[in-house]
Amino acid sequence: MAGPGLDFEVEIADLESRINTLQRQTDRTTPADDELRSLRLELTQKLRDVYSSLDPWQTVQVARHKNRPYTKDYLNLAFDDFVELHGDKHYGDDRAILTGFAKLDRFKVMVIGHQKGRTFKERAACHFGCAHPEGYRKAMAKMKMAEKYKLPLVCFIDTPGAYPGVGAEERGQAQVIAESLFLMSQLKTPIICVVIGEGGSGGAIGIGVGDKVAIMQHAYYSVISPEGCAGILWKSHEHAPKAAAALKFTSDNLKRLGVVDDVLDEPLGGAHRDHHQMAARMKTYLSKCLAELEHQPMDQLLDNRYDKFRRIGEFIEQAE
Amino acid sequence: MANVESSAVASSAQPTMSESTPSPSNTPKKRGVPEGLWLKCPACGASVYKKEVEQRLNVCPKCEHHFYVSAPDRINQVIDEGTFEPMNEQLRSTDPLEFSDRKRYVERLVGEQKRTGLTDAVVTGVGMVRARRVSIAVTDSAFIMGSMGSVVGERLTRLIEHSTKQNLPLIIISASGGGARMHEGILSLMQMAKVSAALARYDKAGGLFISVLTNPTMGGVAASFASLGDLCFAEPKALIGFAGPRTIKATIGIELPEGFQTSEFFLEHGFIDRIVERKNLKTEIARAIDYCGK
Ligand SMILES: [Zn+2]
Repeated sequence: MAGPGLDFEVEIADLESRINTLQRQTDRTTPADDELRSLRLELTQKLRDVYSSLDPWQTVQVARHKNRPYTKDYLNLAFDDFVELHGDKHYGDDRAILTGFAKLDRFKVMVIGHQKGRTFKERAACHFGCAHPEGYRKAMAKMKMAEKYKLPLVCFIDTPGAYPGVGAEERGQAQVIAESLFLMSQLKTPIICVVIGEGGSGGAIGIGVGDKVAIMQHAYYSVISPEGCAGILWKSHEHAPKAAAALKFTSDNLKRLGVVDDVLDEPLGGAHRDHHQMAARMKTYLSKCLAELEHQPMDQLLDNRYDKFRRIGEFIEQAE
Repeated sequence: MANVESSAVASSAQPTMSESTPSPSNTPKKRGVPEGLWLKCPACGASVYKKEVEQRLNVCPKCEHHFYVSAPDRINQVIDEGTFEPMNEQLRSTDPLEFSDRKRYVERLVGEQKRTGLTDAVVTGVGMVRARRVSIAVTDSAFIMGSMGSVVGERLTRLIEHSTKQNLPLIIISASGGGARMHEGILSLMQMAKVSAALARYDKAGGLFISVLTNPTMGGVAASFASLGDLCFAEPKALIGFAGPRTIKATIGIELPEGFQTSEFFLEHGFIDRIVERKNLKTEIARAIDYCGK
């Protein structure tokens, strides 16, 4: 179920509610069964139409969907035996970043992920997935631990951006993100990063330097939020859809630009419609990557990681 | 048009890496624009003789306010005369996203190049600081807010790699209110990782990196190389930070404390080693190099 609605899903929501009503009838007649079957077909077709041609702004809405699977959902559905580790050993526990041990198939790993929270109370506690410096310090502490105990690192990126606030600045928001980039680039353990929803700017790349970087089909990854970009370049947040298109931050563009290695297809109608199927795909993908990276000699792994980011960027060498 | 356009951009402070943040008290002096003999200091309001300001490295004689200084002028202030050799000036931005807001990015680039005389927002190269050989990079806030796109990222990375190979001390002087450059989208964000990775290798090889933060240093520049110095210097009263003050104000809905996000604020909170007046920068750099035995 999609839950509370997106404006481009009005017809889909209508079909879904009619199907639900019919399904609830215990003494369905044959004509009602036929209607149900045809409504289901119609729904599938509609989902296919809408979701095969989402525009960039619609993609942002899907990426921000309240029912979209979050880090915690993947921990529940794709991993076993998650052991949360809270300490940043500096200041406090930031609920916007979740870290801990977990198992995925035969692999023991360290998971680091943004967490947005689903209920209002959770969302407020997580600052809607916007981490403070203590969140990045916690992440870095666990990265070092992963390196020490030879645990591969799995990072789930899902943030509107790092938190903009007085305390965040006082405690070195810029400093911790810089340090994290520095640390991850040399960390002696395999790193897999997946953008699962919003890849918001510095707060996203702060846990985004990896040997494999992937993004889900309807997620986005951007230098700035579409609203922020619209505010600066078009002078109004209302132009966010225009900015969303201009920034070319959808998964297909990111693949073309060489920023991500892989795009993870989502179930029909988006990951928010089927957490189980999405988690199964995530598990398959991560497991494949872990198997691929586990036997690489460390020097080669680090060289490849360096070269991977070293190559990103477009410019020309102009003859003087 | 280019001036109007970019000063319009400059007047708006927004969140994130692509920050366009105005300096609180600095009017960029546009090169190539005829100006009078007198300047009005935005900090103390005094009318000051332009020539005198220039003789004092663009610092107000009445209140010591540090005015904007261009990247080439900055290099002249820090590097021994006649020793600077620029590197990688041949690199030019393309327009990978075919980006267009109210103006096409390709046109914006040409306009900025004409207006500033620069090829992009950073000048890099090697030279001498009181006869000590160094690598140096300076970003210029007049060129699209000193923001980092692919060319800035690539020039810095090449300079850092060169410094690693040649075992040279590295100085990066930042003046980047724009953070990571919006017009190149995600590629700009990735430059943060690329440059930081090069710095990690440089560090591992034992390199000495002196980062100098000047007004303004924000967003993705602050959140990458500018914060990674072994030594972190800042000019007095520079605006420094991750998020722009307006964004923060809009998020938390209260007035920001006096002196928030200045050099002095970050010194007090432990993120800066020394506040260095412009006239002392060269001496301080030379001394630090000597202490570190480089
Ligand atoms: Zn003054």
